[in-house]
Amino acid sequence: MTEAQAPPATEATASSARSWKDLIASTEIDTRLFGMVLALIVIWIGFHAMSHGDFLTSRNLWNLSVQSASIAIMATGMVLIIVSRNIDLSVGSLLGFLGYTMAMVQTDWLPKTLGVGLERPYTWIVALAVGIALGAVIGGVQGFIVAYGGVPAFIVSLGGFLVWRGLIFRLGKKGQTLAPLDHNFQLLGGGAQGSLGEWKSWALAILACIAIVFSLTMSRRRRQRYDLTLRPIAIDIGLGVLGCAAVLGAIGLIANRYESPITHKPTGVAYPVVILIIVTLAMSYLAQRRRFGRYVFAYGGNPEAAELGGINTRKTIMLTFVVMGILCSLSAAVQTARLNAAVTNLGVQNELDVIAAAVIGGTSFSGGVGTIPGAVLGAVIMQSLRSGMVLLRIDSPSQDIVVGVVLVTAVTVDAMLRVKRRTGVAGALLTGLIISAIVIQTGRGS
Amino acid sequence: MSDASTTAEPSSAARVPLVELRNIRVSFGGLHAVDGVTVDLYPGEVVGLVGGNGAGKSTLMHTLSGAHPADSGEILIDGEVVAIHNPRDARLHGVEVIYQKLALADNIDAAGNVFLGRELHSKSGSLDDSAMASATQKVMHRLNPRFKNLVSAVRSLSGGQRQSVAIARAVHFNARILIMDEPTAALGPAETSQVRDLITQLKAEGIGIFLISHDIHDVFDLADRISVMLQGKLVGTVNKHEVTMDEVLAMIIVGKLPGEVSREEMAELHGESVPDQHG
Repeated sequence: MTEAQAPPATEATASSARSWKDLIASTEIDTRLFGMVLALIVIWIGFHAMSHGDFLTSRNLWNLSVQSASIAIMATGMVLIIVSRNIDLSVGSLLGFLGYTMAMVQTDWLPKTLGVGLERPYTWIVALAVGIALGAVIGGVQGFIVAYGGVPAFIVSLGGFLVWRGLIFRLGKKGQTLAPLDHNFQLLGGGAQGSLGEWKSWALAILACIAIVFSLTMSRRRRQRYDLTLRPIAIDIGLGVLGCAAVLGAIGLIANRYESPITHKPTGVAYPVVILIIVTLAMSYLAQRRRFGRYVFAYGGNPEAAELGGINTRKTIMLTFVVMGILCSLSAAVQTARLNAAVTNLGVQNELDVIAAAVIGGTSFSGGVGTIPGAVLGAVIMQSLRSGMVLLRIDSPSQDIVVGVVLVTAVTVDAMLRVKRRTGVAGALLTGLIISAIVIQTGRGS
Repeated sequence: MSDASTTAEPSSAARVPLVELRNIRVSFGGLHAVDGVTVDLYPGEVVGLVGGNGAGKSTLMHTLSGAHPADSGEILIDGEVVAIHNPRDARLHGVEVIYQKLALADNIDAAGNVFLGRELHSKSGSLDDSAMASATQKVMHRLNPRFKNLVSAVRSLSGGQRQSVAIARAVHFNARILIMDEPTAALGPAETSQVRDLITQLKAEGIGIFLISHDIHDVFDLADRISVMLQGKLVGTVNKHEVTMDEVLAMIIVGKLPGEVSREEMAELHGESVPDQHG
């Protein structure tokens, strides 16, 4: 704190750089998150230019939001797992298994075994509830083995990876494709009917704006009550305006601008995105404002300190896997509903996408570092890359190469930033960009 | 070598000790890390625990802090036998520890660390970060008024500031018994003197402190009594004012009480350049 009284900078540039830094610091915004938003904007503008204006359309961005949702939902849970120095390789298989189970509930067990028939108003709720409960139990079992059995999470979840995928073929229908699904359940996938529609989307936007203003005021009041340093009021107002503008823009320019090809009405926010928003809020709350989240981060930062602090670290670790299982069931519902079918290879390779999203989103494998919004952004960045490359007609193997290169580049840049090696940052960024550009250029037009 | 050799009693011997560790034994496999040790501590007193590496000082204190329960022996607090199985139990009895490695979660801010494991929360169960920050600010004001950085992860703080956080954790929760394991090992001279001031201050507030240290000068400056351990056993406990530094060194190295050391052994001690006070 004494550094603040350092002699005034002699050069004007130095002082202006400092005032910029102070301004950014006073917003208390995560600079890493800020960097990711910038990267996303660059990617969007880049693809928009390369695709001659096809990328930043309401239709493409709406699709992007739906496509990102499933991975993003799971990535929020993966953050907690990786922050507490574990890994979960089983999420893709678990998703497949849970999706198949939920489909069995609505196409077989409810209508035939219990004999209540198809398309009951409660069918989708029962199916979803079974999926969530099963996800929690399976996550809990894996977490129990990791936390209380002392088996490395890599091994336990590798086992889960094999077991849950294999079990799909042992359920009643021996791996046949199950379709069609319950009509209400299908809405969870965000098809033609599966979105909020125009006025509800606006209502959601207004609700969100009220929430933003409310939370800013509340945090200010709390700080005032305890005589803590306050952010300059202009910054709070600025953040509020920016947040509300982003929400209203997303609804007005994307969700409600996109007209459904079937109903020819504004579609509004798709249900998978609604689920993602709720999950993101709930998980952020869990991570930042609950003891559980605090303990996850404390354990990740220093397991010994957490233990000595009297934290029940085993229970905490087990619960991270329970949360992951529940999130897998939500993503499973979204994916099966979107397909309107349960297939055996549902969720194949999703574990890699989920881990990549969390890592691109700033989650560190050394533990203790990661944010929920970051992981969601990571998922959106990955999906933006894929979606942009699809627009440029780049084949799927080349897409994988680019995503892989971006993943490694992102982590390298992050590592270089941490040790403040600017040349390293520039080198990594440049190398990543050049390789991606070459792959994209040579993969085009096939 | 154990009970009988405990020669020193504090001036106010009539009072009940704040803590009494009786006949504590801890073994790891076949090794007796602590072998029937008895020590006590009175309110407002600093007892220095000294001994070479592997003497069992830290292990003995782990039995009191709950980090590693004793295999046998009794722990008495205010004259009553208590059961301490884990850090939580210890804290319930007002035992707080400042570890050598500080035991801070580097990725969490000062307030989060002060309240780690004992977070304040509102009625709905949400963490009350503002209340924790405010309480931390108050404790810090008492301990280290220059400490203002409540929002950064403690990773970015200096050694002395990190030490302040660790001490604030103990002080805020009204520790009655404080265990300080090499509190100045990782600090520079200025920060060391800050910690010394703090120990004096805490002592004046009636807190009993076990001070584990390699540094015999530290111990002589701060402690009222000194308990010396050698190879898991208690050599003896002496009043600081009744012994010389040489005599304590003899206890640490040869394992003999002041009266028992022969002149030859004393000479031998001095013959060696610097006795192994740094282990």
